[in-house]
Amino acid sequence: MNNGLANWSSAEIWFIIAALGVATFAIRLSFLGLIGNRELPEWLLRHLRYTPVAILPALVTPLVVWPDAPDTSLSPPHLAGAVAAMAVGYWRKSPIWAVVAGMATFLLVQALT
Amino acid sequence: MAADTTTIPARQQRSAFWRGMRDCGPFMFVAGPFGMLFGVVATEAGLDLLQVMGFSVVVIAGAAQFAALQLMLDDAPTVIVILSAIAVNLRMAMYSASLAPHLGPAPFWQRILVGYMNVDQTYAVSVLKYEAEPEMSLPQKASYFFGTCVPIVPVWYTTTLIGALLGQSIPTDWGLQFAVPVTFIALVAPALRTPAHIAAAAASILLALAFSGLPYNLGLMPAGIGAMIVGAEVERRIGAR
Repeated sequence: MNNGLANWSSAEIWFIIAALGVATFAIRLSFLGLIGNRELPEWLLRHLRYTPVAILPALVTPLVVWPDAPDTSLSPPHLAGAVAAMAVGYWRKSPIWAVVAGMATFLLVQALT
Repeated sequence: MAADTTTIPARQQRSAFWRGMRDCGPFMFVAGPFGMLFGVVATEAGLDLLQVMGFSVVVIAGAAQFAALQLMLDDAPTVIVILSAIAVNLRMAMYSASLAPHLGPAPFWQRILVGYMNVDQTYAVSVLKYEAEPEMSLPQKASYFFGTCVPIVPVWYTTTLIGALLGQSIPTDWGLQFAVPVTFIALVAPALRTPAHIAAAAASILLALAFSGLPYNLGLMPAGIGAMIVGAEVERRIGAR
């Protein structure tokens, strides 16, 4: 890792930690903190129902398809592990079996290639 | 029965807490290695013990912590380091909005705590439970959420510490790089209950690929919002929930 963080002073590092801490907390509290008892409109609730299945795959896709970014080559262990986790998770409706199947497939394909 | 003086709601709340803890329990095997990886990598990069722990306790967001660390190693300007890590965390605004119909009426001090511990695993496990059991009461929902935090938050702190103390003595390639994606897939796959959910997830993957050229992970937001619109639209047309 080149020369590490030699160019950063302790004050700068703590400033980044504090700024990220405050911003992250504000983002997480945002809607939850402001809305309270107020009813949200039906169209908004209908969109919010899809938050987990809309955001998490978008978060995962680049990690699976280009795990070594900025290097854009595909990684067979990542792709095989992802497909296995998806298939088993959907079939068994169980996160635990999905992790086990995905990890086992990932490690197996990694050992073979 | 006569000896048990606790009220029924209090017992239901306690049992919701335990169920949250149990349902989220397996994810400590993902949060743990990830926390340790951060401890090791950040220490190797040159952060001191207090700074490494500062990141995990104050920010408590693995992906954003790694993003900030990577950009600091690349000597990016401070403002870019902060804005990029915030961009990685913008999805949490969606989490906050999506929890609001369930936990919005809770006392403010509880919402403060939920805000601090509203991370991918605790959020996803909780919200999927609320959807599966809409009859849960507000105190049960809140207790369930705090239950899901038990196997994640303390584990995150302690494994970061272990990683930081072990420092350079352990290798960083143990398949740990696959721990994060596999968790998220494991959370999503069982939640694909209706055609609308499947359409949203498929749109999410396609849009993430389409927007992958954007720097600093900025494609996440348009892809996520686009996929939410697809899911809601499919639901509206076929009436599935």
